[in-house]
Amino acid sequence: MIKVEKLSKTYQVARRNSGFREAIKSLYSKEYEEIKALDCISFTILDGEMVGYIGPNGAGKSSTIKVLSGILTPDSGECTINGRIPWKERKAHVRDIGVVFGQRSQLWWDVPVIDSFELIRDIYSVPKEMYQRNLEELVELLSLNQIVKTPVRQLSLGQRMRCEIAAALLHSPKILFLDEPTIGLDAVSKLAVRDFILGLNQKHNTTVILTTHDMQDIEALTSRILLIGKGKILMDGSLDELKGKSVHQDASLDEIVAQLYKQFRI
Amino acid sequence: MKKYLSFFRMRFINGFQYRIAALAGIITQFVWGMMEILMFRAFYRANPSAFPMEFSALSSYVWFQQAFLALFMTWFWEKELFESIKTGNIAYELCRPVDIYSMWFVRGIANRASKAILRCIPILLTGYLLPSPYRLVLPDHLSVFVLFLMSMLLGFLVVVAYGMIIYGLTFYTVNPMGIRMVSQSLAEFLSGAVIPLPFLPDKIRAVVELLPFAAMQNVPFRIYSQDISGSDIYQAMLLQVIWLIILVTVGKIIMNKALGSLTVQGG
Amino acid sequence: MKLYMKYVGIHIRSMMQYKISFLFTSIGQFLVSFNVFLGIVFMFKRFSNVESFTYSECLMCFSIVLLAFSFAECFFRGFDEFASMIGNGEFDRIMIRPRGLIFQVISSKLELTRIGRIVQAIVMFCYAVSKSQIHWNLYRIITVILMIAGGTVIFAGVFIIYASLCFFTLDGLEFMNVFTDGAREYGKYPINVYGKNVLRLCTYIIPFALFQYYPFLYLCGKSNQVSLGMLPMLGTLFIIPCSGLWRLGIRHYQSTGS
Repeated sequence: MIKVEKLSKTYQVARRNSGFREAIKSLYSKEYEEIKALDCISFTILDGEMVGYIGPNGAGKSSTIKVLSGILTPDSGECTINGRIPWKERKAHVRDIGVVFGQRSQLWWDVPVIDSFELIRDIYSVPKEMYQRNLEELVELLSLNQIVKTPVRQLSLGQRMRCEIAAALLHSPKILFLDEPTIGLDAVSKLAVRDFILGLNQKHNTTVILTTHDMQDIEALTSRILLIGKGKILMDGSLDELKGKSVHQDASLDEIVAQLYKQFRI
Repeated sequence: MKKYLSFFRMRFINGFQYRIAALAGIITQFVWGMMEILMFRAFYRANPSAFPMEFSALSSYVWFQQAFLALFMTWFWEKELFESIKTGNIAYELCRPVDIYSMWFVRGIANRASKAILRCIPILLTGYLLPSPYRLVLPDHLSVFVLFLMSMLLGFLVVVAYGMIIYGLTFYTVNPMGIRMVSQSLAEFLSGAVIPLPFLPDKIRAVVELLPFAAMQNVPFRIYSQDISGSDIYQAMLLQVIWLIILVTVGKIIMNKALGSLTVQGG
Repeated sequence: MKLYMKYVGIHIRSMMQYKISFLFTSIGQFLVSFNVFLGIVFMFKRFSNVESFTYSECLMCFSIVLLAFSFAECFFRGFDEFASMIGNGEFDRIMIRPRGLIFQVISSKLELTRIGRIVQAIVMFCYAVSKSQIHWNLYRIITVILMIAGGTVIFAGVFIIYASLCFFTLDGLEFMNVFTDGAREYGKYPINVYGKNVLRLCTYIIPFALFQYYPFLYLCGKSNQVSLGMLPMLGTLFIIPCSGLWRLGIRHYQSTGS
């Protein structure tokens, strides 16, 4: 279970106007602006839930994921995941989670994928039988059979993403964070990734938290949606509730969300 | 001309944005300069008569070296240029209505000058305020100063022209790393960046002083510290001009040939 | 340790994909430090000694510093490149793995091309030994080993400080150059050459002198105190405040980008 209460995090960002004179001015005086990445956020996610986490760029999605995965220490507020505080018991906590950052890779660029997998196995000290079982299952479900022997730099984006997801699941995490997992993928790969995640949730009851701008991902995968903007949770409800907010009847999900962004001025 | 100016302006603003970086850089270079002078002091104490120049002249030399490091460092490369050659992105640059050699030349000037202008004044000032003989000494005559400025400009252009040749040569090799490292090590030592050229044994020095590397920082700094004086100044500066012309010509030939073969291949 | 060897294995396999590049960079590394060597040669062509240290003694001193630095740079490269690790999100990746952070930073980067510098340092060291009149005994051999090992640890400490500062600022880092490249470069002469103040600084603040100047006095026979030769061990304590700073930095970490 993930329990988040009144989580806040602020950053300081230096500001400067354009132009030559301003550049010189900034040499001796610099203005800082405080940006509230997270502003008193609270929510609870139960085991086995699939949650879509949406919001415009810079709303605080990544910051939330980073706090939940133990990367960031928040300024204030509480957060317990399966009874642990992520940033205090980092090592124990991260054994339970898997993270996929869509724009970044955890695989070694120049060696075959399977070598990266084996290194990850050793980093997490995954027992032999469990690794073998997981690997076989992942290879089959994500059709990685030929791919795992290829160096990463020779893979297509879709193939790579499937490998990234497999790499995040080798240690059977209870919670999976997916940050834009389908970004840049072609239609076939997108569908394959979605199918796989659905199956994973059904079979292993894995909790999935998905941040994305792709509303089709949300529609296909999640039953519950958290909408964040300017560091605040603006909506927490089901997909149907979100659809109910639409003004005219056959608005697409993208249009509804865009309208909500406007409505909340985020 | 306007496009070059706006490019220069961009670089300059960019440099200004990182004031802490600039400050850190200034302090770093100050410490390096101080260590250098302290090291030479130890040698001076060991045997003053073997010291080939006045100690105060050496101090000035070191402070100028630090203050104008950005102008004369031969180990500074623009990674983007190497990248664009390697990946073939250079084809895009060929589409622009500018001559690549001039564009890159100006780029080199802008990059180095914007760094140097930002950093030189504090270093020169602190160097000037130090006690003798570690301080930066002002020259006796205005004429020396004017000649120094002219020679520094020439030396700076020689450095950029030398860099252009190395960029040009990377078109012809699979691995530019080797050329880059050999050329920068060679230039660093022979230009007097490791130890000033007067410290070399006389026979070696006589040869080294004729090379293009000596036309970089060696001439202006030694004019300033009046280690070179009289008609030697004009001789040294003439050599600078000659080398500049040769390096630019060679650089242009290499670049044009490389670009020519690029378009023939269909780039 | 077993896991570290796994990492090393992957590094080597990755490197083998770029054999030519590896070779060229190693040769380049060899040449770059050759410049400093030439500087020493020509200075001693003119001057017979500096602060009573001779040519071969300075060469030996420099080769030991260069060895220590190259080892540190080879194995602790992760800290040296830490700014980019933070910038490209590699450090986020490390944070979500159930292993020690320092361990992961060290093992995720290995710079084998430093072999060029190591080779150069070894050649120089052998040359210096053959030229010098050191009376070798067991203690002196131990001293050399301690100097290299202690130096590696102290340089590693400096790299850790550098990396820790990345958590606070990415701008002011150039200053640390003084203690990394600067220390390597100026380590070519025994530290007392630079005067008393520098020596004090390098004894009490950043203990470069504990693995360079003091044990070197014993090594080249300018002092008979064996205890001086053991000082590098004391110097390694430097790693303690360094790792303290590192921990402080982690707490301050603001992950960049989205």
